[in-house]
Parts: sequence; structure tokens; C-alpha cells
Amino acid sequence: MRTALVLLFLWAVAAIPGSVWPQRPVSPERVTQYFREHPDLAPKLDTLGAFDVYSSAWFAAIYLLLFTSLVGCVAPRLRDHIRALRTVPPDAPRRMDRLPQHAAGEERTDAPAEAAQLAAKALRGERFRTKIREHADGSWTVSAEKGFLKETGNLLFHAAMLTVLLGVGFGYWYGWHGNRILVEGQDQAFCNSVTQYDESSLGPRVQPSDLPFFCLRLDDFAATYQDSGQAKSFAAKVELQTKQDGPWAPKEFSVNSPLRLSQGNIYPLGHGYAMVLRYTDRYGVSQTKVVPFLPRDGMFTSEGVAQFPDINIDPKTNKRDVKLQLGFEGVFLPTVDPNGGASSIFPAENDPVLFLTAYRGDLGVEVGLPQSVYSLNQDQIDNGALKKISGDRPQRLTPGQTMTLDDGTKLEFVGTREFATISVRYDPAQPYVLGGAVVGLLGLMLSLSGHRRRMWFRITPREGSGSLVEAGGLPRSDYPGFTDEFGRLVGAARGPEEGTP
Amino acid sequence: MAELSNQLMGITVLAYLLAMVFYAAEYAFGARSHIGRAAARPARQLVGAGAPTDDISDESPAVAAEPKRDRGELLGTIAVGLTWLAFALHLGTVVTRGIAADRMPWGNMYEYILTVGLVGSAVWLGVLTRWPGIRHLGLFATLALTVLLGADGLIAYAPVGPLVPALNSYWFIIHVSSIILASGILLIGGVPAAMFLIRTGYDQGKRRFPYALGAKVPAAAALERLTFRLHAFGFPLFTFGALIAGPLWAEASWGRYWGWDPKEVWAFISFVVYAAYLHARATPSVKRTTATWIALLGFVTMLMNLFGVNLFFTGLHSYANAGGM
Ligand code: HEM
Repeated sequence: MRTALVLLFLWAVAAIPGSVWPQRPVSPERVTQYFREHPDLAPKLDTLGAFDVYSSAWFAAIYLLLFTSLVGCVAPRLRDHIRALRTVPPDAPRRMDRLPQHAAGEERTDAPAEAAQLAAKALRGERFRTKIREHADGSWTVSAEKGFLKETGNLLFHAAMLTVLLGVGFGYWYGWHGNRILVEGQDQAFCNSVTQYDESSLGPRVQPSDLPFFCLRLDDFAATYQDSGQAKSFAAKVELQTKQDGPWAPKEFSVNSPLRLSQGNIYPLGHGYAMVLRYTDRYGVSQTKVVPFLPRDGMFTSEGVAQFPDINIDPKTNKRDVKLQLGFEGVFLPTVDPNGGASSIFPAENDPVLFLTAYRGDLGVEVGLPQSVYSLNQDQIDNGALKKISGDRPQRLTPGQTMTLDDGTKLEFVGTREFATISVRYDPAQPYVLGGAVVGLLGLMLSLSGHRRRMWFRITPREGSGSLVEAGGLPRSDYPGFTDEFGRLVGAARGPEEGTP
Repeated sequence: MAELSNQLMGITVLAYLLAMVFYAAEYAFGARSHIGRAAARPARQLVGAGAPTDDISDESPAVAAEPKRDRGELLGTIAVGLTWLAFALHLGTVVTRGIAADRMPWGNMYEYILTVGLVGSAVWLGVLTRWPGIRHLGLFATLALTVLLGADGLIAYAPVGPLVPALNSYWFIIHVSSIILASGILLIGGVPAAMFLIRTGYDQGKRRFPYALGAKVPAAAALERLTFRLHAFGFPLFTFGALIAGPLWAEASWGRYWGWDPKEVWAFISFVVYAAYLHARATPSVKRTTATWIALLGFVTMLMNLFGVNLFFTGLHSYANAGGM
């Protein structure tokens, strides 16, 4: 028990760092930011696992030790408990007056056997397990015990904790999840595969090919807001295909009511606006891109880039000139501030404006390095390969407006579409974890409310006729109400004949 | 309505404060205080004035032992009356706040703490009704409530607003109400826990502050038992609210039932610390005072979750920052 105590403490203390330092699984951006702000300290902390405390070796060591100790503790108790359940209550101690509760002998008129039966009946009525014994000297004893549910509850609770731990482990091994941005429109459908997620992680026992087939497209995303700009509701209307080339079925999901599939559920995590931009190049060829802009504040001031690497291809030579690639950096304000502020003043599109800065030159997208789709390659701008070609101030566009670049090519801000950030998750062990937790709670309540106690009656024959009834009680756990119960039981066991006990 | 709620809140804090003053006055001038006792029975009692008094048990109403109505009893009765009044005002504050917002009044940190305080107050009054002899702890209970609500009004106040969509769920009601109830009970559980430690110290002959206060609180064993009872009741409720209803809701809302968000971390820490308390109490080789210290540690972790996490850390729980999804 002391070991368990120490380990419980360690476990609580070990959980603290995870709320102090940003955690990779919770907020990777803040971890990156921490590394930037504390370049010396961060790598050292990282080797200690400070940025992923809950999957670190030392955290695991603590709870594995704790649960080992739990098994070591519970297994013998379970054995003892089963034995105790099967054995009859022990006989009365010789000196009953030494027990915490004792009632001195009281005279009765009936014979010891009958008095014993009466006492046993009263105890059974109170759901005591009872045993009547006749002794060689003519005396009778009644032993009774109650409160096994307390220990049962305790064992149930600890076993349930083990179930929860195993459930969490299995969920991790066999579960997977992925996040991505899903823009409105038939042309933006996505299918469940690792490559189509912006970010995904599979459990150690899951192969990419294990992911179940389904495709999803977002027909309509609707958000409503309070006057303050605080969100009121979100709802996504989608179409779902669960068989290759099968039919598309309309579905809906919103915050707190995910779209539940047979393997995996789809949750909305956030939303925002995607820009629809059409560029018409020197040869009159146009290309349309739908690019999600990421919101940077609660009013959905959003930032992003649109990159056009495959443009200005000379139809005669069919060659692309990388120096003629185009990139646009933009800030989108769904409701522009009439006073000229740099941020949106309302999250809905009451007065949408897009501010664009155009760059021409080598975007540097072919080098093979992983690239953010939300910012231009800063190195290319720094080394002059990518040059700003719009003026000092960004070009202001409302939906439908077109900006003309210095070479006469045009970019049209066609409009916006909404997008939803969705998370797809599958955790096969979830029902076991829930079941374990519920059983654990029931066990805990039994354990904390029950009291184990024993009662004994010794009935000795009196000279002549009648008998003498002595009683004793032993609470086996801290139980302040036992005195009252003892008095009541003794009264009941002696029967109505004697009047008040 | 919102305005009314704010005014009621102010009056509520004042009422708790006033109740506290009367409890304090009872300490100073009541029959059991040094001064009071000296006045009543000069010679003999003065000698033993500092000694533990065995006649103070939690079962016997404190005042029954005193033959005539003294000033202390009057002050104490007023204090209890004021606590009831403060509770009524407190209830009014919560109800009007709920009406003003047109929803359950647990949508942000201010409202949450307000309601936790209300539960704490109700539990305290329940305990007081059941065991009137414990009245002397009222000073600490009202002190705790005054500080809790005062801090709430000063640090956490937020104007009435609608719920963010994530909170718009029936799990919101189940999860938050059970945690509020459990927090209230566990926080009030800290009062007899602290008193038990003070009383034990006093019984061992310590007379420095705060042990001197031990002279007027009920017997150590009774305090210890009350501590356990409150925790044994609050702990499963907390387990349900934080470790079952919370994850159920988180699963529906965020897609994972547990994600080590700072609030989840601290709920977990509280759970483990209180489990350690129950363990310690059940381990024969661990002293009751040690176990009770662990309960107080649990109290600190609860406070950390109420105030600290909302103020110091950012997480998904949107009580503190109501923006976003
Ligand atoms: C995951 C870790 C554990 C948790 C959360 C936990 C929690 C609890 C809680 C809340 C109680 C009090 C309720 C009750 O009486 O059933 C308790 C009691 C108990 N625990 Fe644990 N426990 C853990 C591990 C262990 C371990 C490792 C041992 C073995 C050394 C152990 C042995 C006991 C015993 C014997 C009791 C009963 C005390 C009594 O009332 O007689 N527990 N535990």
C-alpha cells in the first residue's frame, strides 16, 4: 500500500510538466514557438521528453510500475476475497466482552436452540451471512458477517482501472486519425487515405492499407454568429460514399454531433474561407485555384498564398519559364473595418475584402523540400529570385474584381468558399474504456459506502429452563454508525418477547 | 437582469463577509472563548483556559452545554442566519445570471466559480444543519467563500454572453453540473481537513498561530471523520464528472475522449491525489494527519484547476477565452 501511495504521488507530479510546457500532440505550433523563443533550453527539455510528457518513457515507467503493483496487490486480495466468500463466518471468540461492541448476557425463557434460530433469522433478515453452531457444552453460537460488497467493489474498481489502461493502450495500437481541410464543392472531394490528409497518425498496428474506404465532399458549411462575433452554431452538409463507385448519401455533422461511420468518426475542428482565384496568363490561358486561407483571429482575418507554377507556358515551345511563375500573398477580411483597420471586424462575410501582394519569379517549389502551402518560399524572396511586382501597398479586391499585373496578365478574385477543418478518428477500444470507467465508478461507490462487520451471539442454557444471550460485534472498517446498528441488531435478535433491549 | 445579478453578487460577498465577522466575534466574545469563559467562571477556568476542552463534541449542539444564553450564542446564531441569507442571495445571483443569459449559468469561468461556491455554501449549510456543534468552523467556511467569490468577481468576471457552440450540448449540463457539485463538496471538505490538522497540533500542545485556533474547534476524530465523509462523497462524483462525463463529451466534441489538455491534466492530478488520500487513509501504517495533508493537497490542485489553469495555460476548454470553436 505504501508503494502504491508513493507511485500515485509520482504519477500526479509527473503529470504536471505536461500542463506547463506545450505538448506536441496537443499544440505542435506552440512547441515550435517555444523552440524559437528558448533556443538553448528547448532541446535540453526535449531530450527529457518535456514536450511529449504523456508518451515519455519515464511517465510510462511510473504507471507501469503502479499497475504492476496493482496486479500484485489485487490478485492476492481477490484470492482471499473469494475464499472469504466461500468460508462460513468464524465462530464467536471466547471473550466476547473484549470486542469493540458487546452486550452482556440477557435472560430469555426459550431454549438455546430456539433463541439461536431467532437471532439467526433476524440477522438473515438484515442480509447477514450467518452460521449456527451447537457446542458440546450445550451452548449455541450464531456467527454473522456482512459487507462483502465493500471488498468486491474495491476489487472491481482496481480491475476496472486495469481495463481502462489496457483499453487506452489498444486504442493507441489499433487506432488512427487524420486531419484535413475540406473545401466546399464537388471538385474538392476527399477519400480516406493517408496521402489525402494534411496530418495523420496511425497506431503501431495499423497499415495505410487498413484504412476503410470512404469519400466525402462538403456541399455546404454554415456558421451563424452572435452580434459580438462569437460563434453560435456550425453545421456541415456533406455527401458520403462508402463503397467504391457507390452512391453518395447526404449526411450532416456539427460541433458535438460528429458523423459516425462504422470505422471512424468525422469531427469538425474549425472552419474558414478559401479564396477562388482565376489567373489569365500572357497566352490567354486561365487557371483557377481554390486556396484555403487560415484564420488568425476570432473574426477570421485570414492569411494564405496562391501559387501558380505552371503558367505562361509558350504554346509554341511548350516550355515553362520558371522566371514567369507567380505567387500571391493575401490577407482576407470577411468584414472589412470601415475605419481602415488591418483586421476583420466580424466573422461572417458582410463586407469581404482580399488584400493581395503579387510576386513573380522562381517560386522554388521544385527543389523537393517540403513546403508550406500557406506561405511563399521566403528564401526565394530573400535571394531575389522572387520579386514583388505589385506596388508597395497590397491590392484591394472585392469578389468579382480583377487586378491587372504589370505585364498585362490578370488575376480575378472570383469569390470565396467556406472550408471545414475535419478530424477523422478511429479508436476501436473506446467502448471498453467507457465500460471500464463505468464499472470502476460503481466499484468505487460500493467500496466507499460499504462496511464490513461481524456479529456474534452466544446462547448458553440457564439452570432449569431458558437461556442467556450474549452478543458481540466487530467492525472491520472504520464505521462510526456501528454502535447504532449493533444496538438495533441485538434488539432484533432477542425478539419482541424481551421488550426493549 | 444581468445588472441585478451583478448587484446581488456584490451583496452576497458582503453578506458572507458579515457572517464571517459575526463568527469571528463569537470566537472572541463567546462563552467558549478565553475572554468569554474568563468572564463567566473566573478562577478555575482561567488556569485551564488554553487546554483542550473535551466537552466539545460534534454530536452535542454547541450551545446546549451552556446553561444561560450568552453573547457568544447570540453572535453565533446571527452568523448562521447571515450565512443562510448570504446563501439565498448567492442563489439569487446564480439564478438571475442564468435568466439573463437564458441558459445554465456555467458558461464561463466566472459563472463556473460562482456556482461552485454556491454548492460549497449549500454543502456547508447541510453539514451545519446535521451537526450543529460544528458551527465554529463557520469562520473558515465563510472566509473560504468570501475569498473564492471575491477573487471570482475581481479576476474572472465576464459579462453575460451566449455559449460557444462546443458548450451547446446536454453533456455540458451533465459534465459541468457534476463537476461543480463535486468541486463544491471537495472544496468544503478542505475546511474540516485543515481544522483537523490544527486541532491535532493543538492537542499536541502547539500554541502558535494557527494552532491556537484549535481550542475552539470540535474534537479531532470528529473532524477527521467529517473530512473523510465529504471526500468519500465528493470523490466518486468528481470521478463521474471529470473522468466519465467529461471524456464522453470531449469525444463527441473534439473527437478524442482524453487529450491531456491542461484542464484534463489537472483534473487527472486531482483524481490521483484524492485517490492517494483514500489510500493513505486506508493504510494502517500511514498517520491520519499525513493522509489529511494529502487531502489538502487535493484541495490545492482543485484550486489550481479553478483559477490557475484558466489564467496561466491555454487549452481547448473555453471557459476562460470564449473565442473560437
Ligand atoms: C491506478 C492506480 C490506483 C488507483 C487510481 C487507486 C485508487 C484507489 C481508490 C480511489 C481507493 C479508495 C476506494 C476504495 O476503498 O476502494 C483505493 C483503495 C485501495 N487500493 Fe487502490 N488504487 C490504485 C492502485 C492500487 C495499488 C497498486 C494497490 C496495491 C498496493 C492498491 C490497493 C488498494 C487497497 C488495498 C485499497 C483498499 C483500502 C481499504 O479500504 O481497505 N491500489 N484505491
